[in-house]
Amino acid sequence: MLAAVLTLATLATLFGLLLGYASIRFKVEGDPIADQIDALLPQTQCGQCGYPGCRPYAEAIAAGEAEINLCAPGGEATMLAIADLLGKEPKPVEGDEGSHGIKKVAFIHEEECIGCTLCLQACPVDAIVGAAKQMHTVIADQCTGCELCVPPCPVECIEMVPVKTTLGTWKWPYPGENLLQRPEEQPS
Amino acid sequence: MITRNPGSWDFHGGIHRPDMKALSAGRYLGKVPLPERLVIPLQQHIGTPAEPLVKEGDQVYKGQTLARVSEYIGAPIHAPTSGTVVEIAEHPVPHPSGLSAPCIVLQADGRDQWWDGLPEPLPWFEELDAAVLRERIRWAGVVGLGGAAFPTSVKVNPGPDRKIQTLVINGAECEPYITCDDYLMRTEADRIVEGIRVLMHVVGADECLIGIEDNKPEAIAAIKKAVAESDLATTRVVTVPTRYPMGGEKQLIKVLTGKEVPSNGIPADIGVICINVATTAAVTDAVMAGRPLLSRLVTVTGEGVRNPGNLEVPYGVPISHVIAFAGGYTDKAYKLILGGPMMGFTLQDDEVPVTKATNCLLVASRDEAPDPEPALPCIRCGRCADACPAQLLPQQLYWYARAKDLEKCQEYHLFDCIECGCCSWVCPSHIPLVQYYRFAKTETWAQEKEKQAAEEARRRHEARVERLERLERERKARLRKKKEALDKKAADPAGRKAAIDAAVQRAAERKAKRRPEEPS
Amino acid sequence: MKFPVHTSPYGRLPNDVSRVMAQVLLALVPGVIAMVWYFGWGVVINMAIATATAVAAEALVLAVRNRPVKRTLSDLSAVVTAVLLAIALPPLLPWWLTVLGTLFAIVFVKHLYGGLGYNPFNPAMAAYVLLLISFPVDMTRWLPPEMLAEVRLDFLQTLYVIFTGTLPDALTWDAVTSATPLDEMRTHLEFNETISEIRQSPLWGDFGGRGWEWVGNWFLLGGLFLLWRRVIAWQIPAGVLAGLLLSAGFFWMLDPETVPFPAFHLFSGGTILGAFFIATDPVTASTTPRGRLIYGFLIGVIVFVIRTWGGYPDAVAFAVLMMNMAAPTIDYYTRPRVFGTGRRDDE
Repeated sequence: MLAAVLTLATLATLFGLLLGYASIRFKVEGDPIADQIDALLPQTQCGQCGYPGCRPYAEAIAAGEAEINLCAPGGEATMLAIADLLGKEPKPVEGDEGSHGIKKVAFIHEEECIGCTLCLQACPVDAIVGAAKQMHTVIADQCTGCELCVPPCPVECIEMVPVKTTLGTWKWPYPGENLLQRPEEQPS
Repeated sequence: MITRNPGSWDFHGGIHRPDMKALSAGRYLGKVPLPERLVIPLQQHIGTPAEPLVKEGDQVYKGQTLARVSEYIGAPIHAPTSGTVVEIAEHPVPHPSGLSAPCIVLQADGRDQWWDGLPEPLPWFEELDAAVLRERIRWAGVVGLGGAAFPTSVKVNPGPDRKIQTLVINGAECEPYITCDDYLMRTEADRIVEGIRVLMHVVGADECLIGIEDNKPEAIAAIKKAVAESDLATTRVVTVPTRYPMGGEKQLIKVLTGKEVPSNGIPADIGVICINVATTAAVTDAVMAGRPLLSRLVTVTGEGVRNPGNLEVPYGVPISHVIAFAGGYTDKAYKLILGGPMMGFTLQDDEVPVTKATNCLLVASRDEAPDPEPALPCIRCGRCADACPAQLLPQQLYWYARAKDLEKCQEYHLFDCIECGCCSWVCPSHIPLVQYYRFAKTETWAQEKEKQAAEEARRRHEARVERLERLERERKARLRKKKEALDKKAADPAGRKAAIDAAVQRAAERKAKRRPEEPS
Repeated sequence: MKFPVHTSPYGRLPNDVSRVMAQVLLALVPGVIAMVWYFGWGVVINMAIATATAVAAEALVLAVRNRPVKRTLSDLSAVVTAVLLAIALPPLLPWWLTVLGTLFAIVFVKHLYGGLGYNPFNPAMAAYVLLLISFPVDMTRWLPPEMLAEVRLDFLQTLYVIFTGTLPDALTWDAVTSATPLDEMRTHLEFNETISEIRQSPLWGDFGGRGWEWVGNWFLLGGLFLLWRRVIAWQIPAGVLAGLLLSAGFFWMLDPETVPFPAFHLFSGGTILGAFFIATDPVTASTTPRGRLIYGFLIGVIVFVIRTWGGYPDAVAFAVLMMNMAAPTIDYYTRPRVFGTGRRDDE
């Protein structure tokens, strides 16, 4: 019996040393977790998760203070990617489900704009051009669709419009069961 | 460097299909008469859409440049006839999405007057620099007429670090039903050979190999005769076996020269440039006649059209008009396919215009294009891999594209797929394999774009945060300085008194200066 | 004018799963006729029982899974599984064992993994192994070939045996059944007889067991038919036969008196059936050309190893199942060179 105990103890020590050596010798220098999470977030900087921007949310997740399902613009895909990265269980994403899939950008109805600069200050990526008493306009290419400019506008002249698909941005659809479409069912 | 034994290599896979060329081969129905209105899309090429140079109400002439591209990869658009610009607006264009795109609508005035601003013909092109000729090809709006519509002036500009040994002229026309290149080779062999002379000078190649499939004996004879009568010493016609997709650029180059175009590379990387025969003829027009690309040969075929054959069609003519000229629809017409049966796409509506990329209109009957049944599961038989000319594993690509695992798709060389359709053709389960790859490719591009946009947004956000912090810091610094100055002043009564005295002194001096100028 | 839209390619597609399966069934016919000639009607009755069970089971499972029943059944894959299993089973197997095996194959091995195309293990072979391990006595009751049989059961008698599990009066199991050549070979080798001595027995034909070798031949005919019609790729049968021949040949050359000659291995048991019909099941085999060669070769080697040193006389089923496990790994490491990468013709 003594022999058995000694053998097992020796084996355990040996393997422990081996693993310890391996953990030092083969250590992977990787990004800190917060950077990796931030890279997965959509950078809308909208604050819907409750944090002032994507970076703070990423850091909160890394510190274990935040849940992974708070990002509404990122949607399910982002949540699953974070879950995959951290080895956590996927959770359903909170936030408005309806806006998924259709990207919207802000549009200022210029005839109603009063030049108050409140929306300029609200935009987290500085996508609104303008100055006090000057016309404000949204740079559509830079707008992330976070909708933070809509509430501050005192005349409610900002509208979220869907981005139009052009030939350049059109994607082939995922092949479905029914490959034969009737003319009436064609997308316009 | 001259290739020894051109045509002695083979490519992997490929399929045999009845070529159905007899329906329209060698048959010419004439030039389609112009309709009242032409709808000319601003993008008929790969690259950036052209921007209009004209506006509504302008009178334009045949051959006049209507739109130009400011980016490098693009080709200008010209007026196919004289008339008035009615509007520049979105109209349905021939695209698998069925979307509309900006078009110039031209009301033809029936006079068909040439523009007087056309450049001069350049029969002495051999004395000119290649850059001048490339500029002429670009001006003419010449794009790849084999169906891909890549701007030719860009293609024949490989750059100073890529030396070109071989110019390959693609006369394979491997897709079933299509015969327009065959007709062009039979009847305009001289024009094609002229174009070869120009292109040889432009790219500076050592030799030219013309690849023609062996199911086109008349075309082979005509081109051989034209080459023999010309002074092109290093140009050879090579007969290649008929097998789809022999006309695929990479496959044809492999068969003719034995070299493989590198994955993620272009033929110029291995010293080859491949140009379609119709494009070559268009180059002749541009350089030797000073004429832009205004029309092309289109094959109209299938059991659904009364008179199948080849027609000369100006761009912007609606497809319905073209088919009417070809005798109209028979009662068997079931589907309208733009392109061939392997790589073409169906059009929902025949009111879209013919563009530079329209090589064939296949009006198919139910027999020729039966409705697809829902697919059975993949039985992993491997026939797709046996048929793939790019030597990929379509089965694996299918599994990963289906699972939307785009990284794995890239690992299995998704972007080397030429979408030829051989895999879908041989699949016993009738799975639309190419659809999965098309989906995966555009999805990958879209994700790339989104990633870049997100990166941009992050940068802007960080810049904004930094700007606000900087403003805050500056504000604080200013306040601090002010406070310090005030404190300093308060702590130094003598200094203050001196400052006040100095100020009083300055005021008195100013007053004294003013006094003498006052009227008494 | 408006037209319907769908995606390329357009035309009547040349290949069809049900046609592939039908050709496999056709190719089995010569071998089955040979089996009936030598061993009686048992195999045909088993085929009928298995097919009926398979079709019914698949229909039921599809209905439960909410899948289209008629379309899926018409791909004939359940029929092929059932027929292959029935051919592999002893002719006098009690009917309920055939039913059990078929149910296991269709429901557990095929549909619980997702249906056609998703199962990692060959259903027929998995069912065979289940029956062999659970009911060893029934599963090793084989019949002697016609020329050696003292007693021949006719159609009705066979039916009786299969459905009641007992023999017609006055017959005993010993009189009716006989060991297979593989069985014989093992037993006599264990008695330390030499090969030359063993071969004196009337059980042996020209190159394999009497009768059995001709069954192998007729299945070979079917296999060649499949190769000609390009239903199967040549790499798997070639690999299996090469693996078996080479490993058997190597050991035979070392000691011809204790190791059976290679041709014996080829024409005994399920070798030909396994090489051309079972290992070539596309769903569970390797898919790359080089991978298929390796897959087949290793099956051949494992068959030899188990037959010589393992616990069972015939090993095709075990070998196939083991290599089914290895198939994805083999596929991963034998990916063909993509056009435009790696080694290619230089100037």
